[in-house]
Amino acid sequence: MSRHQEVRNLDYKDVLDDYDGYSEEEDELSPEDRALMTQGTITVQTALGVEAAKVSVAQIEESLWHYYYDTDKVVEYLIKKFINPPQKTAKPAPNPSSKYTFLKRIHIASAAPRDFSHLFKDLPWGNIPKDRETIFIPPLLPRMGLLGGSGSPPKMSKLQQLAAARKKKAEERAAQQKLEQTRTKMTQLSVEEQDRQKENAPSDGPFGKRLKTSESTAEGRKPLTTAEPGRSEPSSQSTPTALENSQHAKAATADSPKPTPEKAQPSAFAQVLFGPPLASPKRKLQDVFPLTYTDLSPSVLEAFSRPSPDDVVYAAQAKAGKKTAVTQTKKKGASSLDAVASDVKGLKIEDAPLPKSRNLDVLSEFERSKSKKAASFVVVGHVDAGKSTMMGRLLLDLNVVDQRTVDKLRQEATKIGKSSFALAWVLDQRTEERARGVTIDIATNRFETDKTVFTILDAPGHRDFIPNMIAGASQADFAILVIDAGTGAFESGLKGQTREHSLLIRSMGVSRVIVAINKLDTVGWSQERFDEIKNQVSGFLSATGFQQKNITFVPVSGLHGDNLVRKSPDPTASWYTGPSLVEELENSEPSARALAKPLRMTISEVFRTPQSPISISGRIDAGSLQAGDPLLIQPSGEKAYLKSLQVDEEPVEWAVAGQNAVLHLTNIDQVHVRVGDIICDPAKPIECLDTFTLKALAFDFLMPMQVDVHRGRLHAAGRIESMTALLDKVTGAVVKKKPKIAKPATVARVVVKLNSKVPLEAGQRVVLRSGGETVAAGLLE
Amino acid sequence: MRFVSKNQRLEAIDGETGVALLPVEPEDMWHAHNLIAISDTIKAHAVRKVTQTSSTGSTMSERVHTDLTIRVTSTFFDPAASSLHVSGTVVRENAWVNIGQYHTLDLELNRPFTIWKSNGWDSVAMQTLAEAVNDDKPDTVVAVVMHEGLANICLITDFRTVIKQRVESNIPKKRSQAQDTAGGMTAFYEKTLSTLLRAVDFSNSRPMLLASPGFVAQDFRAYMQSEGAKRADKRLQRIAKDAVVVHSSTGYVHSLNEILKSPEVQATMRDKKFTTETALMDQFYERLRKDDGRAWYGAKPVAKAVEEGAVGRGGGVLLINNSFFRSLDIPTRKKYVALVDRVKDDGGEAKVLSSDHESGQRLDGLGGIAAILTYPIYDLDEDEEEDDGEEEGGGSADGGGAAVI
Repeated sequence: MSRHQEVRNLDYKDVLDDYDGYSEEEDELSPEDRALMTQGTITVQTALGVEAAKVSVAQIEESLWHYYYDTDKVVEYLIKKFINPPQKTAKPAPNPSSKYTFLKRIHIASAAPRDFSHLFKDLPWGNIPKDRETIFIPPLLPRMGLLGGSGSPPKMSKLQQLAAARKKKAEERAAQQKLEQTRTKMTQLSVEEQDRQKENAPSDGPFGKRLKTSESTAEGRKPLTTAEPGRSEPSSQSTPTALENSQHAKAATADSPKPTPEKAQPSAFAQVLFGPPLASPKRKLQDVFPLTYTDLSPSVLEAFSRPSPDDVVYAAQAKAGKKTAVTQTKKKGASSLDAVASDVKGLKIEDAPLPKSRNLDVLSEFERSKSKKAASFVVVGHVDAGKSTMMGRLLLDLNVVDQRTVDKLRQEATKIGKSSFALAWVLDQRTEERARGVTIDIATNRFETDKTVFTILDAPGHRDFIPNMIAGASQADFAILVIDAGTGAFESGLKGQTREHSLLIRSMGVSRVIVAINKLDTVGWSQERFDEIKNQVSGFLSATGFQQKNITFVPVSGLHGDNLVRKSPDPTASWYTGPSLVEELENSEPSARALAKPLRMTISEVFRTPQSPISISGRIDAGSLQAGDPLLIQPSGEKAYLKSLQVDEEPVEWAVAGQNAVLHLTNIDQVHVRVGDIICDPAKPIECLDTFTLKALAFDFLMPMQVDVHRGRLHAAGRIESMTALLDKVTGAVVKKKPKIAKPATVARVVVKLNSKVPLEAGQRVVLRSGGETVAAGLLE
Repeated sequence: MRFVSKNQRLEAIDGETGVALLPVEPEDMWHAHNLIAISDTIKAHAVRKVTQTSSTGSTMSERVHTDLTIRVTSTFFDPAASSLHVSGTVVRENAWVNIGQYHTLDLELNRPFTIWKSNGWDSVAMQTLAEAVNDDKPDTVVAVVMHEGLANICLITDFRTVIKQRVESNIPKKRSQAQDTAGGMTAFYEKTLSTLLRAVDFSNSRPMLLASPGFVAQDFRAYMQSEGAKRADKRLQRIAKDAVVVHSSTGYVHSLNEILKSPEVQATMRDKKFTTETALMDQFYERLRKDDGRAWYGAKPVAKAVEEGAVGRGGGVLLINNSFFRSLDIPTRKKYVALVDRVKDDGGEAKVLSSDHESGQRLDGLGGIAAILTYPIYDLDEDEEEDDGEEEGGGSADGGGAAVI
């Protein structure tokens, strides 16, 4: 290390501190030495004669010590140094001889009966690695006593010295007591301190004059001593906590820039003990402290490269402690393996905390929110009436679907030779549906007008998929009945699903119907054809139970979009001046919602989303719900929690009856949630029945027979067990008890028995089908 | 079922004759179930645990093989396993058992048993026996009735329909991507096919019906074909090729009614018992629909009609479920046997339908008995209402009605 470095790194306080040490030395002189010293002093003084006044006793003594009482040399030196040459401040105590220091250290060691073995614990005897050794750095010029050119600082009386020493000692002790806690780590250092102080106390003699400086530094030393543990603090922080005290102390000693014993020439005994001294690079000074452990021998390094055994144990204990704490709370004394297994299951559930309900008053929230009206409508009609195409066109004209998508679909459709189906493919997304050109399942989509948010439910027209159509109709507020105006097509439709669908939507509680007379462009927008169909259909619909004011007719072309969103540009269609289909939709008021009733929601779909593995969608039939609510799923009877929900693809806090919501559930297994199940309020659950009484309007002959029971998405097999009465259509009075058969268009009270239990309750609308035909619809009693 | 003795003739059976029978296939157990009535006497091989106490008081128990003769007190038939347990009291003493001790005989395939009818062989019993020993048995038909996400795998034998397996799976709906739905359907087909191959023995080629609304059955057949080609499984390819796709309105078992009357099935299986039964039931429902006074159901109106001789020559048909003869007490059984005999005497047709078929199930819904009359009678149900008051005291409507006549 360069000298510059040394100077820069020099801690003056330390140096001062160290310097103190030298003043302690004289009283270590043996009587023989003292006698020699006194004698030598006298001899020197006499030899110097008058010049002796120029030299202090201390200087003489120092020199004597230096020259081993060789008076001649001392005299020569003194003359050269102090008397003859121009008065240059002498270096009175240059380097204390190494021998002397060594002696002193040995003494200290013996004075503090401390076991130093731990210092070398990790060293093989006699093989001190070089990096462990230190080179004694000569304290950098302790010029104190002689600063300011004063060769003779005022002397202190012995009494004063003693007092000062005592005072200092007392202070030291106080400081030491303060340091009690950190002391264990600092033992070595503080002891040395103490020793030094002890040595300090009786200081007098030739070095007495220096005491003043040491005295003055003693004041400044207090903070120093207190600072000392602080200084080693980083070491305690940087070292693993599990390090033993001895290691600490070692670290402290090893790294202290203070003169360390290693510097001294070891005695023969020491050499035997520690091995031959090795030339070692100088130790770095104070601020290279953090590198301490890098200097360790590889084996030691390796030892510390991993967490200490204690650390490992502590960590393991901490872990185990946590674990046992957790399992103990879960366990509650259960000892059998099964119990543990079930607890583990329980633990898993608690991983994700149950969603918390914000306990909103949903109804008032709903009233406050000035959101748009929400309405859903189902599109029904005979197969191939053009329902899906019309809806595809509607979505395109309202810019819900862009032209590019439709073009792409058209390209794909042309590929399989069905280019006219391109618009229908907007809604018919299933491969089967596209391949066969027929809607199979309900398709939902959304669009907004200025006033209302509409949900489209595009129902299949094919008779085999009537169950799906029923599912759609059960979610709708009103209906669009699409009628194919093509020659022959209307007539076949009226016998087919036009009739059945209108019966079904009526019995599902839909009272408003818009009749879209489609494909009028194929008959040249003939008004006669329109009127003919209008008359027939309106007669038929009012017979079905629709009120005349709730039926409106719109001539449209689903393929070209005439009278859907915009008026028909065709001059032959100019006779129609009424509202377009969308305007008619906007004029329709959604039916009143059962907001205050207990929650009921039929599951239309179960699927997987990023939010939850079990997400369900459906329309809320009655009541309201909010995030965090517990929910009961019937017929499984399993409870779930509502993690979050979405309405119209927007995350929301709550939802009310009439909205089509997506619910993300937690705490439930997939097997308990099926399409057609009912979500309800656990406090007011819906009952699961296998036998129920139905006030049924017969569409066909009713007798004890096998039927399928449909309610929304739910369908179950069962049979009419008995027919208890025929009722009057208007008054509901019993006309005939135990009829053998109920003819079409009569009302009968029938008892239906199902093969399994399904969630049903009074007031629900149920459709009975048999052999692919709708035979009755009615209200549960 | 076979007669144990080769010399046994149906015509030779009368009155108190004991008939020794050997069941050889599972279906025979069902026949035995119909044949064995309460208070009949059965002799069969039995395994009985016998405990003997020696003079010193120590006990020793052993299983002994012996023939036991019991008077039947109850029977239990397990349709899935086709096993029949007959319980009763021992009527003939032997070295191991005393008279009056109870024993339950487990009738087993290929072990003969002998039956004595307590009240002689009546016409219904004779008919059942004739059916049972008839060698000319058509194949069992396999039917898979399915709709999206549900498949019922059934075996239709001549006398009953056994639901072998029900496959349910969740098909993603439209919200999800089209691929999801397609994948869901493929998974469903795969599950159905593996279940089908496990549940049904296809080692002998047997007719198979695939029925569904829409295109499910068609697609399933196509799936079977492609799977057969993929696995290079000749048998599967053959099964797929032979399968008949029929339309049904749902995937529930009762859609079998529709399936069995479909033209495809009628063409291939015209003369099978279940198809004729189905046709008869349809005929009855048709009459009922017309409400022309010629179709009646329920024990009392039918009994009345038969009494009047309305179920006779010229289209009179009595439909009655075999469950009526199975576990009724002697007087009731006698009454219904008399009803059947009366119809036969009048020249009408008396059909005992199997309650284990879908047509029998439909008849069950009508009270288990129905009749198509030769001429209309309109007021058959009228005094029924008057009787209501009395019947309520007497217990169930059926039981009360039976007691009155």
